[in-house]
Amino acid sequence: MISLPEPKPEILARRASILADLARLLPADAVIGEEIRLRPYETDGLSAYRQMPLAVVLPRTTQEVAEVLRYCHANEIRVVPRGAGTSLSGGALPLADAVVIGLMRMNRIREINFEDRYAVVEAGVTNIGITKAVEGEGFFYAPDPSSQLACMIGGNVMMNSGGAHCLKYGVTANNLLGVTFVTIEGEVVEIGGTHLDAAGYDWLGLITGSEGQLGLVTEVTVRILRGPEGARAMLAAFDSVEVAGQAVDAIIGAGVIPVALEFMDKPCIHACEAFAHAGYPLDAEAMLIIEVEGSQAEQDMLLGRIRDICAQFKPISMKLAESAEQSLAIWKGRKGAFGAVGRISPDYLCMDGTIPTGELPFVLKRIGEMSTQYGLGVANVFHAGDGNLHPLIMFDANDPESFRKAEAFGADILKLCVEVGGCLTGEHGVGVEKRDLMTVQFTARELDLQRDIKSAFDPGWLLNTAKVFPLEGNARITA
Amino acid sequence: MQTSFTAEQLRDPDTAESNKILRSCVHCGMCTATCPTFLLLGDELDSPRGRIYLIKDMLENNRPATELEARHVDRCLSCLSCMTTCPSGVHYMHLVDHARRHIEETYTRPFPERMLRRVLGAVLPRPGLFRAALTAARLARPLAGLVPGQSLTAQRLRAMLKLAPASLPPKSAAQEAQVHRAEGPRRGRVGLLTGCAQKVLNPTINEATIRLLTRMGLDVVITPGQGCCGALTHHMGQHDPAMAAARANIAAWGAEMDGEGLDAIVVNTSGCGTTLKDYGFMFRTEPEADAAARVSALAMDVTEVLAKFDYAPTREAPGLTVAYHSACSLQHGQKITALPKQLLARAGFTVKEPAEGHICCGSAGTYNLMQPAIAAQLRARKLENIQRTRADLVAAGNIGCMTQLGGDALPVVHTVELLDWMAGGPKPASL
Repeated sequence: MISLPEPKPEILARRASILADLARLLPADAVIGEEIRLRPYETDGLSAYRQMPLAVVLPRTTQEVAEVLRYCHANEIRVVPRGAGTSLSGGALPLADAVVIGLMRMNRIREINFEDRYAVVEAGVTNIGITKAVEGEGFFYAPDPSSQLACMIGGNVMMNSGGAHCLKYGVTANNLLGVTFVTIEGEVVEIGGTHLDAAGYDWLGLITGSEGQLGLVTEVTVRILRGPEGARAMLAAFDSVEVAGQAVDAIIGAGVIPVALEFMDKPCIHACEAFAHAGYPLDAEAMLIIEVEGSQAEQDMLLGRIRDICAQFKPISMKLAESAEQSLAIWKGRKGAFGAVGRISPDYLCMDGTIPTGELPFVLKRIGEMSTQYGLGVANVFHAGDGNLHPLIMFDANDPESFRKAEAFGADILKLCVEVGGCLTGEHGVGVEKRDLMTVQFTARELDLQRDIKSAFDPGWLLNTAKVFPLEGNARITA
Repeated sequence: MQTSFTAEQLRDPDTAESNKILRSCVHCGMCTATCPTFLLLGDELDSPRGRIYLIKDMLENNRPATELEARHVDRCLSCLSCMTTCPSGVHYMHLVDHARRHIEETYTRPFPERMLRRVLGAVLPRPGLFRAALTAARLARPLAGLVPGQSLTAQRLRAMLKLAPASLPPKSAAQEAQVHRAEGPRRGRVGLLTGCAQKVLNPTINEATIRLLTRMGLDVVITPGQGCCGALTHHMGQHDPAMAAARANIAAWGAEMDGEGLDAIVVNTSGCGTTLKDYGFMFRTEPEADAAARVSALAMDVTEVLAKFDYAPTREAPGLTVAYHSACSLQHGQKITALPKQLLARAGFTVKEPAEGHICCGSAGTYNLMQPAIAAQLRARKLENIQRTRADLVAAGNIGCMTQLGGDALPVVHTVELLDWMAGGPKPASL
């Protein structure tokens, strides 16, 4: 179990009066304080880690968020922001003395401007909700994390989320124009605007990916793009994981940029096929989902080149999606992959390291060896084109030894990623999960500089206190 | 997801099943996105994942339910949209059924609510009583606006009076126990669940089903001894009455299956269909386990039967556009999605699908009576989406949805009425 900072006894002692104060600031149905009702908020998408919060509040407006923050700041109460609670790094894991601010009720679309291609939405609008709101006019919002059905744009900004199609379109940071930002003091600040690259320091760049440690984002302005003329997915099946990895590197190395280049190994193919019935090759050891887009001629040209490259690696089969439905089914399987692994294992830890694509074959081989060494199964599904790995380590949470081994296995994978020149996280954020591995990636000096930035925004370290940085040796978190 | 049941707790078959379900959940949160109450209320506790967690905590601690668990579990429509969305295959239906029963057995609801649930459980499944109650309600209907107060009980009373139809159709002899003989050469023999509330509210659905199936060469058997499928009480956690109703049906159809035999048990109320198909599970530890499994295996939605026996229209296409409303019990409960639309298209209708087709209309059994505020919001949202299709009428396969969506704007008819019409039957009266 992950260690969390000691709760402040004076806050715990004042629990009843804090709840009463919050109930005065917000409507009655927006404050949750009963133990029974707090329980479901004790965890997020990383359910191996759990901690009951002091209280949960569900504000509906930026003003309400600001008032809660002002109150918490004045009373030195820690705050944990939460979107849809889909974080795989424990980004929304509460603290015993913290108020969880859930933004799920802030789910209105504020403005859509097709002419200037932007949309202003509240933080609790789901990622897919943005695309749904603009697709009638032929537009879409590009970053597409696999949890896009449920995850919320506020959380996407805080974790700088990616997704399958980020290979071509970039991650959240590359599609973000502005935010309404609320500081821990309760001040509401507009940052950025409705166009890329606002004047002055890149505050937006600083806030993106800050994991709720600098302030809360309540409204988001994103770039929307006109959808491509068409898109087509193909499946390429291989008889070994390493060979599939070599094919990925060859495609990227040839300068071909498909819109998505995804990798799945055998356990994953089987679990996802059972859920999505997409016609995945069940005889393969590994499979690539490769999608191209553009005009028919562009698609044909790109697919032709990709097929030629794949052919050099002796694929078992190559298959083009025959219809829009088949393309949808192919993506349904990929997007539901993490949940689908729930069909073959009661629990999993989802890793999120990134490596240079040239290292894919080596790293995949090493992960296979570690799997044998730890005696735990692993299912690989990831954004291969970006080198963004998501090994899913399968374990049994009802067996503490199995969980301990899974944690150690995960840490070894991430260390390996750093060793080969990659990094700890591609898109899920550091959260609590990778917090203690930050020293593998950064020197003490580098970590200190980053902590200084947090201190500048939040001197009392009230915002998402236990995340991102190792607790050990952090004098700023006072018990 | 980790669970912490003791070996002794797991000896209870219901707890063992719930443990299995909870273990299959990986807490990814996908289900929250397609849950109607989460969309409206924006609270983890009113999402499937939140309810799963509440239920887990309650069952693990062997704790009697409180108002808090009841509040959030009661708000669940049992629409099962979450089961369609769930990548891990979590059987939410069996888990929430278990929870409803646990709540019913361990929590004492406030008096007015307790009485209301008891009355609904006693009246709705009994056509005679229900008819009498509706007649009384019809007389009281103009008084709906006069029910004072904003208490939940007052809201529920108003909702009930509002839902009571302005006039009741006469009893239909066709629905009584008998065998309707196939026209022409006999191709098969099917049982028909005539239901309880539907029988009273809208006998034309059963009449259209009988006409269409007999015309297609099927003997349609209305077995003596069959009655309510048990879904109504089952969804209120009233275990014993639900099992008693199901048991009577299993016995009735069992006799028929052992006698002249049945090729299918036809269900034209999809809410009931989901329950019939679950009899095998409900009775898995009972002496009737095998008989119940046989009934479940034979249970088919009327659209499945029509497809199996090659439904073919005989009339010219009517030039009408139908908005197909997919009842949750059909699309999520029974995973029947494309079939009704295909049949309607085959019959010559232009079929439109409203946006947010996966979201419940708020009917959900007795939900629109017990949770009038949420049900009204869902109804308005659904009607808005339906109107946007610019269709001429709405088709649905479940009497609950038809009652919920009727009254305003477009006529709402059962899919089978339209299919019967196009195959030689009468034009539905509401058109």
